[in-house]
Amino acid sequence: MAAKPRGSLLTSAIVQDAGIAEGRLQSRARRRRQLGKLPSIIGTLPMIVVAVGVFVIGLSFTVVLSFTSSKLFPTFNFVGWYQYERLWATARWVESVKHIWFYGAGQIGLSLVLGFLLAVFMDQRIRGEDTFRTIFLYPFALSAIITGLVWQLMLDPIWGLQAAVRSWGWTDFKFAPLASGETALIGMIVASTWNGVGVTMAILLAGLRGVDSEIWNATRVDGIPRWRTYLWIVLPMMRGTVATAVILLLVGVVRTFDIVIAMTGGGPGISTQMPATYVIDSINARNVGHGMAAATCMLLPILALILLQVAFRARANRRATAR
Amino acid sequence: MSVAAMAVEPAGPKPGKLTAGRIGIYAFLVVSALFFLLPLAVMILTSMKPMDEIHNGNIFALPQHPTFDYWVKAWSSACTGRDCYGLSPGFFNSVKITVLAVPASIALAMINGYALCFWRYRGSEFLFTVLVFGAFVPYQVLVYPIIYALSRVGLFGTLPGIVIVHTIFGMPILTLIFRNFFASLPVELFKAARVDGAGFWGIFVRIMLPMSLPITVVAVILQVTGIWNDFLFGLVFAGHDNLPMTVQLNNIVRTSTGTVEYSTNMAATILTGLVPLVVYFVSGKWFVRGIAAGAVKG
Amino acid sequence: MPMGVTNSSVIVREVSLNFGAVEVLKSLNLDVRKGEFIVLLGPSGCGKSTLLNCIAGLLDVSGGQIFIEGRNVTWEEPKDRGIAMVFQSYALYPQMTVEGNLSFGLKNARLPRDEIDRRVKRASEILQIEPLLKRKPAALSGGQRQRVAIGRALVRDVDVFLFDEPLSNLDAKLRNELRVEIKRLHQRLANTMIYVTHDQIEAMTLADRIAVMRGGIIQQLDAPHAIYARPVNRFVAGFIGAPGMNFIDGTIGEAGGKPVFRAGDARIDLSRYSFEGRPEAGRKAVFGVRPEHVATGEAASAMPFSAEASVEIVEPMGSDTLAWTSLGGQNLSMRADSEKAPRPGDRIRIGFDPGRASIFDAGTDMRL
Repeated sequence: MAAKPRGSLLTSAIVQDAGIAEGRLQSRARRRRQLGKLPSIIGTLPMIVVAVGVFVIGLSFTVVLSFTSSKLFPTFNFVGWYQYERLWATARWVESVKHIWFYGAGQIGLSLVLGFLLAVFMDQRIRGEDTFRTIFLYPFALSAIITGLVWQLMLDPIWGLQAAVRSWGWTDFKFAPLASGETALIGMIVASTWNGVGVTMAILLAGLRGVDSEIWNATRVDGIPRWRTYLWIVLPMMRGTVATAVILLLVGVVRTFDIVIAMTGGGPGISTQMPATYVIDSINARNVGHGMAAATCMLLPILALILLQVAFRARANRRATAR
Repeated sequence: MSVAAMAVEPAGPKPGKLTAGRIGIYAFLVVSALFFLLPLAVMILTSMKPMDEIHNGNIFALPQHPTFDYWVKAWSSACTGRDCYGLSPGFFNSVKITVLAVPASIALAMINGYALCFWRYRGSEFLFTVLVFGAFVPYQVLVYPIIYALSRVGLFGTLPGIVIVHTIFGMPILTLIFRNFFASLPVELFKAARVDGAGFWGIFVRIMLPMSLPITVVAVILQVTGIWNDFLFGLVFAGHDNLPMTVQLNNIVRTSTGTVEYSTNMAATILTGLVPLVVYFVSGKWFVRGIAAGAVKG
Repeated sequence: MPMGVTNSSVIVREVSLNFGAVEVLKSLNLDVRKGEFIVLLGPSGCGKSTLLNCIAGLLDVSGGQIFIEGRNVTWEEPKDRGIAMVFQSYALYPQMTVEGNLSFGLKNARLPRDEIDRRVKRASEILQIEPLLKRKPAALSGGQRQRVAIGRALVRDVDVFLFDEPLSNLDAKLRNELRVEIKRLHQRLANTMIYVTHDQIEAMTLADRIAVMRGGIIQQLDAPHAIYARPVNRFVAGFIGAPGMNFIDGTIGEAGGKPVFRAGDARIDLSRYSFEGRPEAGRKAVFGVRPEHVATGEAASAMPFSAEASVEIVEPMGSDTLAWTSLGGQNLSMRADSEKAPRPGDRIRIGFDPGRASIFDAGTDMRL
């Protein structure tokens, strides 16, 4: 009986000793590994600066300033919700918000529909596919300013399309959306779709081509017409691709600035004002606090979307692990 | 035997591929192509017509007396506000900005992507997530803090200032592209180099850099196009001496003394769009690959 | 032009298919009888799937004609040919339930509601997929998905079923199970079935006749046991049967008025072998005998030909063991019961019946 505890004491002492040595070895190894990461940390210093400095601190700066009465320089004279109250009482801002929802829905909708149609037609094994693709994509290489300026001319009632078509005989042809406040946004939608639908088409075409080709054989044998196959079978299979296209379009819409400046300058009147132009105008008008409130309001939908996406992914993960 | 039985017996390949459906497909595509090409045609035609032809004709009419005078005028003597030196100063400014910002943004993003792939440290993934989140944030939200920060260090309205801005906003997407690229390389390459004793910079310079040529080409195309076409940052951060071509273009068009000079405006528009268009037509398939690379999110 | 009553279900006449300059199918002829289960068998790239797709109408032929149930369908769309098809990757519509998958084609053809229900019910009974009707393909196992794919073909109520390597994506155990199911299905429905596979066991167990294909040409079209026992050329002989047939190079000669085969120091009496024609002496030939036809021990001595050989290598394969010796200086493998298997180095007696062997011309590979 007595021998056993002694034996075990010895072994436990040895184990303890080994444990200490092991622990020391492990922590030394861990330190070496972390030191080894030092060059990586140094190398990614710019990323750290940008991520933290710009995207976190800068963002917070904007939000904080929205609660102040800053004019041109930042002050920390906090005024509560004052800027927000003034913001939502300003017609120009409220109209801007309405505009971007209308414009966003219109542009995303039109781009998806036209992009999908173009992708479907390009998928038909046509001759000259490369040529067509080059033509559909080149507008994307042009700046939004160029897009805006060219389409401003094309949509001009006196010098543009309307006058040209009228001179060919259709004297009642009307297509000058920029002239009227009610239709100006439509003109912008046409112009920016012209600029960006090539990208949407390229993304959707890639998604189309990724669909299992045997599905097509199955529908041919079953006698399902092509258009039905595209709409009811292939399109639902492309959910991920469509989501990617929508996200890209969304990001572009929120940034809408250049094309407004180039096409309409916000007019006629305030009919094409966008939140982005409102923010810049506020800064230029030395009303920084107000502009920051507007900027924060621009940020909120994005934040909501990201939170939604995170929640979506978390739910999908939970479902995957539950099965 | 009836006449029907004497008709052609089906054998071999199906005849008559040109059905109504086929014609409809080509019709749709050709009409769409026209929609896309029309503005380009208008740009070119208008830029070569003297003002009286524009006033008397419509935008689709071919020029009777085509001339490149307006191109010259747009380049060297059009008025952008107070100065009347045309687009040429803007062109050289754009060149300066692009030549500086493209390598800077790509180099940093490449190092980021490499580090995030092979040399992860605690918090690196989180930082990357913050970076990608930054890609979704509208520029206008961050404009003022950057204005303030740059002016505090005296870089607001200077060339280094705008280069820094382009680097900041190019970082998220470029880092994502490079990270995905490095993740697609066989990790054995990296492990073998480590066994050989190479460290962070050694492996980067001697192994990863040479292998990343294809993706770098894509990144260069994306950045050159994006930076050259930028307007907002040029307007806010470049300062009066460094205004890029796009800003000058807008100024020329906005500065109209009396009647609008469409010829000059369109000529200026073409000149501004020339560089990215050339990049586009020369790079061809790489351009599409660039879009796909930028669009494919994790 | 086929006139009157015929026993043919599918006729392929002089069908060729070219992809650009490449001849994938070369003037193929095939006559499939009503209710027959015919298997197109061959290695990758032999054209079997291509031929099936041509019959289905998914590929356009470059020349020749195709008749299904007496109709010339060469220019018809797949849906008008009276065929149904089961694909290797099942090709189920992912967003629809099993019931949706089965009824989608019928709904599209504007069949009345009760007719659709009747057909779906019948198909799901036969294939035992009733409990799965409300599930989506993603929630099914591989075997279940394949059943649904077959079900989708069943509801079409056609005479000819086409199978494109339907079991290749399944693991071995499932493959065996579903193979039996398909055979039972054929016995129950008695439809014409054309089945493509590269697996010779599937071919041997399922087929009424097998068409062995290579390089776009049908090498042999025969009942399974005929292909096994009398392969028409060396390729077919080597393709069917696992482990593969032994091939021994040598020459045909004469000895005492009887044909013999000489290889190295071995001499095999060929009087029991039934030649197609009469080869002349001195012809270079290849002697083929299957490992399972080579006996060892006492059984060997009873064989028309027997010899002494020493075992070089032994490959245990579970119930059987493959033993390698040499005959005439070349490798010869034989199957032995693992209980009584020889060991390397043993000197044993081997024997076989030349009548069951196959002899091929060394140059043309054709059966002599």
